[in-house]
Amino acid sequence: MTSSSSGQIVAGCLAPHPPHLIYAENPPQNKPRSEGGWETLRWGYEVMQKNLDALNYDVLVVMTPHWRTYVGTHLLGLPHFKGISIDPVFPHLFQYNYDLKVDVELSTAISDQIGQAGLPTKLMKNPDFRVDYGTIISCHLVNPLWNKPIVAISTHASAAYFSPDVMQEEALKLGMATRKAILGSGKRAVLLASNSLSHRHFTHEPPLPEDMSFEHITNHSQYLWDMKMIGLMKDGKSKEMVSLIPDFTEQAISETDSGALTWLMSAMDFPKIPAKVHAYGTVIGTGNAVVEWSGI
Amino acid sequence: MILKGYVLPGLPQPLLTPKASPHYQNLRNAFDQVKSEINSLKPDVILVYSTMWPSILGHQIQSRPICRLIHVDEEFHDLGSIPYEFYMDSELAKTCAAKAQVRGLHARTADYEGFPIDTGSVVALKLLDVQTSKIPAVIFSSNIYADRTETVVLGKACLDALKEQNKTAVAVVVTTLSNRLHQSFIDPAEDKIHSLKDQEWNLKILEFFEKGRLEDLAQLSRQIQREARVKKVNNFKPLWWLSSVMGANNKYTGKVLAYESVYGTGSAVVSLTPAAESARDLEFDEDSPEVFAGERNVLSGEGSENQNAMRSIEDNQD
Ligand SMILES: [Fe+2]
Repeated sequence: MTSSSSGQIVAGCLAPHPPHLIYAENPPQNKPRSEGGWETLRWGYEVMQKNLDALNYDVLVVMTPHWRTYVGTHLLGLPHFKGISIDPVFPHLFQYNYDLKVDVELSTAISDQIGQAGLPTKLMKNPDFRVDYGTIISCHLVNPLWNKPIVAISTHASAAYFSPDVMQEEALKLGMATRKAILGSGKRAVLLASNSLSHRHFTHEPPLPEDMSFEHITNHSQYLWDMKMIGLMKDGKSKEMVSLIPDFTEQAISETDSGALTWLMSAMDFPKIPAKVHAYGTVIGTGNAVVEWSGI
Repeated sequence: MILKGYVLPGLPQPLLTPKASPHYQNLRNAFDQVKSEINSLKPDVILVYSTMWPSILGHQIQSRPICRLIHVDEEFHDLGSIPYEFYMDSELAKTCAAKAQVRGLHARTADYEGFPIDTGSVVALKLLDVQTSKIPAVIFSSNIYADRTETVVLGKACLDALKEQNKTAVAVVVTTLSNRLHQSFIDPAEDKIHSLKDQEWNLKILEFFEKGRLEDLAQLSRQIQREARVKKVNNFKPLWWLSSVMGANNKYTGKVLAYESVYGTGSAVVSLTPAAESARDLEFDEDSPEVFAGERNVLSGEGSENQNAMRSIEDNQD
């Protein structure tokens, strides 16, 4: 993680993005109001946020499953984006006014490295672009003040187009390219893989979405898979965990199909220290873990 | 009730950069023809089922009376922004949701300022120029967990609503045929269908359309999904809805107004007009459910549909 050059990845996090967590917190940016809910995950995020703040980082670099590009990896390429983000799937929970800054220098450096690795890449320079809710939610939950710039990286559909193994290969390369760019940037970066673990939703929600008496994992096999992956994280066996991602993706219908978790581990050069698992909880039946790798 | 049905592709090139390729210009011309046809039909409403609007909690139905926004496609953002103003038939949308619920479906309306209508619906409604004609629309999401029964029942619920309000409609499905895109940057002038296999399947599908065999084609949806679609969602559903809402038979005059490649996908503009004569009406394999009785939670075998379904929520390019 550390480097002899000036840039550094000071932490990497699994930072899932269920819009329910923002809804539950009632921040001023979000229009719908709630009576709370999903505390385990939110309190886990609170602890992680404090840990990250103490690292005095310069930039958040997030890979998001909800900016899907099929032709290459795209990165936000303008310094400022402002607008309203409504989750088209859960619009009743997430109508968020965002106002964020992008570290275009680092976006460009990462894009250049991706290009040098032989993969197609593009900087997104349309000022009307609506930033995806995966990016917004993960970044909000680790930095609700929005006082640090971000870099947002799109994900592919390689798992569906080819296979989870192809996704894995691409994500490993993207991780290495990201690492190279950060080490050469002179910046202290925190990386966020914005994805859930098992990802089978309930297709109904209770009349009050935050009624926690309805919340549990969709099925036990999903739970077992989540625990297997989290166990390896806690044991510091990140390489072994990554090697299971293709199977996990298929069998637990995991949002790791985005490649974000593979990218994170690759960019961190497969940390051997035990991960700090701040929380595990379900959101509308999907498995979510808030996990931090830092202090390497 | 349904005056005419259309299959329309949803990628933004024919709208934003028609001149970049003769393929896109051909599609654009076909869209223009559809626009004039619809303007002379003067339907009360355009019903749009979009494969590019995924949903999880049943089906969502766009009901905001005026939808106004600037849209940018997440993939082809460099082609430009798309400002739009569309009118929804709010009352019909609400009735569709209510009728869907009566038939056992989970459905609800979406009425939110700033709601991001999907690229496919935006492209279709822009090219049909509903902003000028002021013909209202109702847009239906594609439920990622739904299979044939729910999709057919949704079509019937739409008909129930049209009948109750005594309205005429044009039915539009926004979908590609083969949906595989090229995965490297291409010169638009050299755009071509991703593979020969996709091309062959597209031509088969178009042959059915040209003969007006809508229900036959709908019944082939599972095979089309296996052969010509990237498995981003559990099944190829738009023709189930179209056939259900137009009438599950083969009594149509079909016209292929254009068939071109857009970044490798099979993009066709097809019209279907109800006709007196049937091209061919044999016994259909799959029945015509009236209600949705709930998930039976039976895991499908081949293709592991339930598993593929989950991923699609991120894959909102149809
Ligand atoms: Fe997600």
